[in-house]
Amino acid sequence: MQMLYDTWTVFWRDWVVLKRRLTKFILARMVAPMLYLVAFGWGLGRSINVGSGSYLDFLVPGILALNSMNISFNSITPVHAERIYHKSLEEYILAPIKPASYVLGKVLAAVLRSLISSAIILILAYAFGAHIMLSPLMLLVLILNAVIFAEVGFFAAMKISTYEEMSQVNTYILLPMSFLCGTFFTTQALPGVLRLVIEALPLTHTSMLLRSLAGGGGAEWLSLSVLAFYALAGFYLSHRAFAKLAA
Amino acid sequence: MIVIDKLTKSFPHKDKQGKQTEKLAVDGLSLAVRPGEVFGLLGPNGAGKTTTIRMLTMQLKPTAGCIAYGGRDIYSPGEAQRVKNRIGVVPQHVNFDQDLTVGENMELHARLHHMERAERQARIAELLNYVELTDVINDNVRRLSGGMKRRLLIARALIHKPQILFMDEPTVALDPQVRRRIWDLVRGLARDGVTVFLTTHYIEEAENLCQRVAILNKGKLSALDTPANFKEQLGKFTVEWDGENGREYRFFGEKEAAAEFAGKQEAAGGILIRPTNLEDVFIELTGHKGGL
Ligand SMILES: Nc1ncnc2c1ncn2[C@@H]1O[C@H](COP(=O)(O)OP(=O)(O)OP(=O)(O)O)[C@@H](O)[C@H]1O
Ligand SMILES: [Mg+2]
Repeated sequence: MQMLYDTWTVFWRDWVVLKRRLTKFILARMVAPMLYLVAFGWGLGRSINVGSGSYLDFLVPGILALNSMNISFNSITPVHAERIYHKSLEEYILAPIKPASYVLGKVLAAVLRSLISSAIILILAYAFGAHIMLSPLMLLVLILNAVIFAEVGFFAAMKISTYEEMSQVNTYILLPMSFLCGTFFTTQALPGVLRLVIEALPLTHTSMLLRSLAGGGGAEWLSLSVLAFYALAGFYLSHRAFAKLAA
Repeated sequence: MIVIDKLTKSFPHKDKQGKQTEKLAVDGLSLAVRPGEVFGLLGPNGAGKTTTIRMLTMQLKPTAGCIAYGGRDIYSPGEAQRVKNRIGVVPQHVNFDQDLTVGENMELHARLHHMERAERQARIAELLNYVELTDVINDNVRRLSGGMKRRLLIARALIHKPQILFMDEPTVALDPQVRRRIWDLVRGLARDGVTVFLTTHYIEEAENLCQRVAILNKGKLSALDTPANFKEQLGKFTVEWDGENGREYRFFGEKEAAAEFAGKQEAAGGILIRPTNLEDVFIELTGHKGGL
């Protein structure tokens, strides 16, 4: 009970901040998906053949996946500045709360932001004429994906000491994944070893699951298990990293 | 009762040749603080005061040694939450949540310390009123002046009524009136049984506020006593004059001896006989000039 209350406190802080900037947040979240939809859906997409259905229908699950990853990761990285520059993390270290409450509260707040931006994309996609089936499983996949990348961001924020290195995580990890993990094209197009690596990454499984579910298909258990594994491992590592700070 | 036993902290450090070594920030510190005491930790920059406070408040794990509150080792398993409930911390640096207002920063602290809504609202109003920040309750913390931030740090640390209050240079950057108000506050807390452990560079502050003072130099405890005893030991009377290398000082137990010595120094300029203060003690023990 106490832990739930503390998790809520941590979440409450993020909610207070988000509420104040909600309109700005929503508007900003529309820009990138609009560009993707215009450039790849309308522009390039017309000349791309992906078997059955339009490229737009193929593309939207990919954009959902990569956007969910980016928003979730970037929602939690301010923790880095709170640890290194503002030192406001000290408030939580000094507080009589379990480290897990803090990690969980922060991750959930990132999931909320990520889900808001996923909803925006779905609305835009419908406006662009995409055919997407919604389902509770799709929500589950989006939540799992957001949890995983919130944890990646959290762990990086705990371990990395400079601002530059923090942005390098974006450049060297998130950006390649955005393009390669079954988002814009299927991983079958990748050469041998690279394909093996890419197919072990969580975002690939998110893309595949979302695409299957959006087209009215089922969810692969293996992919769901992979995501669940990453989410749990990410929590373990994030928790350990934060607990270490709180002596 | 706070008992610190052979507390040690070393940090990895590169020496002048760039070789990786260890640097002892706190070196075998042992002391005890009584409940309800106002205890001062003095020492030149880099002496290890902040490092000590960070270890005492569970923000930094000691390399060696032991800290116990009420007979229980604070780093033993399961103690963390109990300890954190009982302590309040005023850090040396400002560490507010930059995205929140004054009131929200206070509320976050209260929530993190599990205070009920009605209780926390009353307590926040009372404390903001005391440090005269009620008017800025809805302003972002970034907009406060330096002194206002310091006052808010103190108010925030008190929300959950800690039994032990750690203050790392609490009155830095405060104007004289506010400083005196904070002193009154500290004395009031001590009267109510709160133990106060503070560091300061204002010798006057230690002299006015602290029952006992420890002087830390290069991580080691170099002396610990009451301000009165320190002065007594050094000599209650000070003769100072302009020497060849700046101001020079000599200390005397008796006024007559001081006067006699001063009489023989006629040639020297700016000769002065005065009561010894804690600053003299500090300089003698550390070879540094404290205060501003
Ligand atoms: N995180 C750290 N990593 C490495 N060295 C550190 C760290 N924190 C403190 N030190 C070193 O430990 C020593 C003691 O520092 P500390 O901040 O405790 O001094 P202080 O007595 O509080 O000084 P001041 O009066 O300037 O606040 C210094 O030499 C400092 O460089
Ligand atoms: Mg310090």
